[in-house]
Order: sequence, then C-alpha cells, then structure tokens
Amino acid sequence: MTLVLDLTLCALILAVALATVLGGGVFRAIVFFIVYGLLLSVAWVRLDAVDVALAEAAIGAGLTGVLFLSAFGKLSRIGAEAEPPAAGIRALLPAALACAGLTGALAWAWFALPVPERPAPDLATALPRAGIENPVTAVLLNFRAWDTLLESIVLLAALIGVWMLARDEDWHDRFGLPQHVRPGGVMANFGRLLPPVGVLVGVYLVYVGADRPGGAFQGGTVLAAVGLVAALAGLLRPPRVTQIVWRMGLVAGPLVFLIAGIVGAILGAGFLTLPEPIAGSAIFVIEIALVASIAVTLAFLVIGPPEQGHRE
Amino acid sequence: MSALVAVLVAPLIGALSAVALPGRSGRIAAWVAIVTTLAAAVALAASVISQGMPRLAVGSWEPPVGIVLEADGLSIAMIVMTALVMTAAALTARHMLAGDTKGPRIAFGFWPLMLLLWAALNAVFLSRDLFNLYVGIELLSLAAIGLVAIEGKPEALAAAIRYMIFALAGSLLYLAGVVLVYGAHGALDIGVLVGREPAETDGLALALMTVGLMSKTALFPFHVWLPPAHGGAPAPASAMLSALVPKASYVILLRLWFDVMPDQATDAALTLVATFGAAAVLWGSLAALVQSRVKLIVAYSTVAQIGYLFLVFPLAGGGSEDQPWAAGAWNGAVFLALSHGLAKAAMFLAVGQWMKVRGSDCLDEMEGLATAMPMTAFAFALSSITIVGLPPSGGFTAKYLVMTSAFAAGQWVWALVMACGGLLAAAYLYRPMAMVFRRADLSAFRLPSRAQQAVPLALAGAAIILGIASSGPFETLAIGRPQTAEAGL
Repeated sequence: MTLVLDLTLCALILAVALATVLGGGVFRAIVFFIVYGLLLSVAWVRLDAVDVALAEAAIGAGLTGVLFLSAFGKLSRIGAEAEPPAAGIRALLPAALACAGLTGALAWAWFALPVPERPAPDLATALPRAGIENPVTAVLLNFRAWDTLLESIVLLAALIGVWMLARDEDWHDRFGLPQHVRPGGVMANFGRLLPPVGVLVGVYLVYVGADRPGGAFQGGTVLAAVGLVAALAGLLRPPRVTQIVWRMGLVAGPLVFLIAGIVGAILGAGFLTLPEPIAGSAIFVIEIALVASIAVTLAFLVIGPPEQGHRE
Repeated sequence: MSALVAVLVAPLIGALSAVALPGRSGRIAAWVAIVTTLAAAVALAASVISQGMPRLAVGSWEPPVGIVLEADGLSIAMIVMTALVMTAAALTARHMLAGDTKGPRIAFGFWPLMLLLWAALNAVFLSRDLFNLYVGIELLSLAAIGLVAIEGKPEALAAAIRYMIFALAGSLLYLAGVVLVYGAHGALDIGVLVGREPAETDGLALALMTVGLMSKTALFPFHVWLPPAHGGAPAPASAMLSALVPKASYVILLRLWFDVMPDQATDAALTLVATFGAAAVLWGSLAALVQSRVKLIVAYSTVAQIGYLFLVFPLAGGGSEDQPWAAGAWNGAVFLALSHGLAKAAMFLAVGQWMKVRGSDCLDEMEGLATAMPMTAFAFALSSITIVGLPPSGGFTAKYLVMTSAFAAGQWVWALVMACGGLLAAAYLYRPMAMVFRRADLSAFRLPSRAQQAVPLALAGAAIILGIASSGPFETLAIGRPQTAEAGL
C-alpha cells in the first residue's frame, strides 16, 4: 500500500515538475511550482524528515510562490507580462540533455552510495551534550551554528540586493505598493481573521522547535506571512528604509547570535561555544532574536523595494 | 580574542551596524570595521608565520560533528591580499560616494554589501568544511550580485540577473557534489576526508563541484556573465569583484583537487580543465583586443587571467604531484592569483578616477590623462607590467614558475599558451596606454586629489614588490602544504 502511495507521489512530482518547466504561460508555471513545492513537502514527510517538510512547505512552496506571484503582478502592471516566445527544439535540446545527464548521474549515484547509519554515530554521542532534544535544531544552532549564522546573514544580503533595485528618487518612499481593499470584502475579513491564528502557529513552531519539528526559520516564515496578510488587507502600512527601528529588527537576530559567539570566545569557552549547562536557554534566546529578524527580512523581501506609489 | 575570529566577526558586525545605524554613524561603524579587519588580517598573518597554523573547532565541536576553521599559508596570503584590495576600494569609494553625487541608495547599500563580501571571502579562505564553504560562497555571490546591481542602470541590472543565474546554477552543482561526498563518507571536514577510502561516487562528486565552481570563477565557457557585470559596476565594486570574488571559488578548487581528492584527478580530467583555461586565455585576450571601453578591456583581461590559473592543474596534480616541478607550478598559480588581484584592483580604481574626470570610459576620452593625473597613469602602467608578466613584477615570477614547470614536465603546450597570452596582453593594454599618454589639455577638468590618486599606485606597487621580494611570500605559502609540494625547483 505504501509502495503504491510512494510511486503515485513520485509520478505526481515528476509530472508537475515537467508541467512547470514545459507548460506555456508564466502564471501557470508559478501555480504548478507552488503545487510542486507542496508535493515535495509531502515527500519529505514520507522520508521522515518533518523539519525539512515544514521548511519546504513554508519557504519553498509558500514564500517563494508569493514572491513569484508578486513579481508576476509587477510585470503585468508595467505591461511587460507578454509571454516569452516559445523556445524552439534547438534551444531546448542542450538544456534537456544536460538535465537528463545530471539526473541520470545522480540516479546512478543513489544506487552506488552505501545506506547511511541513522543517526550517524558521532552525532548520537554529541546529541546529549547539545542542550536541546530536536537533533535538527541541535545541528542548526549548536553543532553547525557557524553555518546558520552565515545563512541568517545571507537573507540580509539578499534584502539589501533587492533594495538596490529601487529607483533613486523613490528611496525615501514606503516599501512596495499601497493595497486597496474593498471594505467588508474577502481580503478585509481575512486580514482580520488570519493574523491572530498565524501568530499562534508561528510562535508555537518556534517554541516546539526545541524538542520536536519546528524552529526559527519555519516559525519566522509563518510570522512573515502574518505581516504580509495584514499589509495586503491594508491594516498595516509598509515602513520606509529610513525607519531605524525596522532596520534594527533586521539585524537583531544575526547580531545576538554573533555577540553570543564572541562572548564565548572572550570568556575562554571558544567562539560560538555554548557551555552545556546554559546551552538550552542560550539557544532559546538566539532563536527568539532570529525569528524576529527572519520574519521582518522575509516580509520585506516579498513587499519589495521602496516605490513611489504611496505618494498621492 | 584571536585574530582568526576577528577577521570573520569584524566585517560582519560592521555590516550589521551599517544597516542598523542611521547615516553618518553607520558609515563610521563601517570604517571601524574596515580598520579592525585590516589589522586583524595582518595580525593573523604574523601569528601564522611566527607560531604556526591556528585551528579552531567552532563551538568546540570536533568534526565530523562540527566545523573547523584553519589558517594555512594559502589562507593568509589570500586574506592579506583581500585586506589590501578592500581597504583601497573603500578609500576610493569614500570619495566617489561622498556628498550626494551618487544618491542615498548607493551611499546606504555600498558599505554593508562590501563588508559582507569581505566577511564571506575570509570565511571561504579559512573554512575546512565543504558545506560551510557552500554557505560562504552563497553569501559571497549574493553580496557580489548586489554590488553589480548597485549602479541602478538597466544594463547593470541585466548584468546582475545574468550573473545571478550563473552563480546560482554553480551553487546548486557544487551542493550536489557535497551531498554525494557526505553520502559516501559521512563527513564534510577536509581533514577527515583526506584520509578517506575512495568511493565509487567520488569522481562524479568532484566533477559536479568543479563545474559549479568553474561557473562561479567565470572560467571559459562560463565567462559570459563576467565582462558586463564587472564593466557595469562602479569602479570600487569592479575592483573587488574582479580581483577577489573569482579567487574564492578558485581556492576551493585548489583544495578539492590537491588536498581532498588528489586520487580522482586523472590525467584526462586535469588536461580537460587546463584546456578550458587555455581557451580562456586566448578568447579573453582576443576579446579584450577589440573592446572600445577601457573598463571592458580590463574586464576581458580578467577572463584571460583566470584562464592562466587553471593551466597549473596538469602540472601540479595527478601523477605530477610527486614530481619536482609540482611545487613550482602550484606556487606559481597562487602567486598569479595574488598579483592579479592587486594589479587588477589598481587598474579598475585608476580607470574609475579617469571616468569620474571625463564622464566616460571610451578609449577616445582617455587622451591626456597621463599629464593631468600622472600617478594614476603610472599605477595603470605598473599594473600592466604585472598583467603582461614582465620582470620584476609578481606576475613575472608567477609565470616564470609555471612556465619552467611546464618545460620540466615536458608539457610545453601550456607554456606556449602563456607566451601567447602575454603577447596579447601587451597588445590589448597598449591601446589604453597609448591614449592616456597622448598629449591633450585637460586643465579645465576638476581632478581628484593626490591622496586619492596614490591609492591605486600603492596597490600596483604592492604587485611589483611581490615580484622583487618573493622569497618571504614563498616560505609563507609552504605553511601547511603537503610534504611533496614543499620541495621547490
């Protein structure tokens, strides 16, 4: 029975992936891409990687999908939504061959690789000293904290890059475009209904991340979505680049993380070392700060750079 | 706190402060970070030379659980070169972004992006963990893409998008290779992987990582993103992008092919990589010869110079590894990376000042600049000496080492390519030089101050000093090299 389920899932993933790449129309490709992300997250659940499934659903399908949709919206507004000319077979063939070759090589490697021991023996011995029970959170915020610290800063680099796309004369305007909502309409009601529920889910995901699937990135994405829904419903006006409070919110997470690491180095424990007795609480404090920054950064990424639409 | 930690956290804290703090205080924070990172880079180099290699298990977790950072000779050479180029670029940017000439957007964005780029470079040069290296080159690419787009013109944005497609495709391929390595060996640490039992999938893993990193290094045929990206950015950004960014992925390639998986480096694979390098030398040089904008000439010259870096693979890797010429070839390649970094940054900064005076970088607009701004013209000339490979520059020492290795190995084809590349470089650099040294009256133009003009000259001078006083850097590069590479010619 499970084999049938898995085979169906694999077939669906492949079919939707092909429909995304080959189907005509940008909008259709985006919709298929979102479906593809959701199917992938189901596949991660089947592989017993619930943390990855949450991240894939929240970031891969949800947030990336919204980013694509808002980009599509911007293209149509400036009249650039014209579909790209259908690529001929001669243009597609090299790409198709390269992708098929890569897929074939990776498929061969799957058969050639040994079956890994789970969890890896070294990880199993280190885990009790991590100060936290969820192995994924332990890897992310303790064993490989340096990776996670840099990743949280990668998000910030991406946001600065997006801001650099603003026009010089718009720099002091609010982010994105103003949202017009029909009073009493679906969006206005949703905007009141969803945020409280979303806040609860987001905070819960961060809180349970200590010993069950969840964590800063997943929780932060849900909180970012809450902010976006409120902004779409016209309940929140997007801020400006010049508002220092928001910029401090962007850097709070990485900064707390960095300072915790430096304090460890100064006190002699070592850079980014969390001594075992306080590791659990230190990780919790770092996660709270990270969630705030991730939520603000992701929401600003989706809203986009400053635009003059707010001036009227 | 050790210098090893300081070169990583100082630019990061500087970048975060530059984002969070308003206007002037943000810039002051950025400058504090620049000075601190420069000092930490010098202190790190001094401590490595006097006390040996520092090794840091981050979070006190030893591999395979944790990540190790380690500074060897190659790391500190790159870190010090990076610090010099970054400081020079920042000094130039301070004047170019001063006042409201470029607008508040660039004045805000340049400093955090530059500091993030610096932190990412140092992180890559120090990391000994294949996945951590992936995170490092991701941060590097995103900061670099931001710097390409910062000018805000449509061409710059198009160049940034094109660069992003190449960089992200490269990242994915590299990541796929890392996954295969982890799947086969259960470890990501280079120190652990050196003693691994070779697995069936290692060849595929190395191939994927190499193609990915080649795309990020802009090696022919993946070079198409480089000229518009480097030619369209503001001069201080071009200097960093051209002199430093390709070197990070190149250093990872050196570590993969010579430290992690020397057993997978078959003669055919090494020759293939070097063939791409040879094609890059010839193609980049010929393209530089026909450009009409000085910045594009300098950018295509980077395409060619990156090619040289890959000629070393068959000379220092595979079966050649135990040969007496291997060390010379390896040292020569690293020397070339260092001297190209210094000279190319000097060139872009000099051209940037010319552009600011004349408002364009068309060849015809360059007349008379040597009389008006002799120091920048001298800087450009000295850098050209390094790029062409004439004595007594660092470029000459590097090419001499690689060429003698090529003859010793009986692989004279690569030496022939280098000779052709040198002649072509002389030809394509002659065109801007001839224009600059032509007489014309520019007394009506506002010229940059002498202090500003001295910045590129200092960098170009450093590239020459690298050739004159090469014994110190040589001994430094040997720190942490496997035994076979220490024996010189």
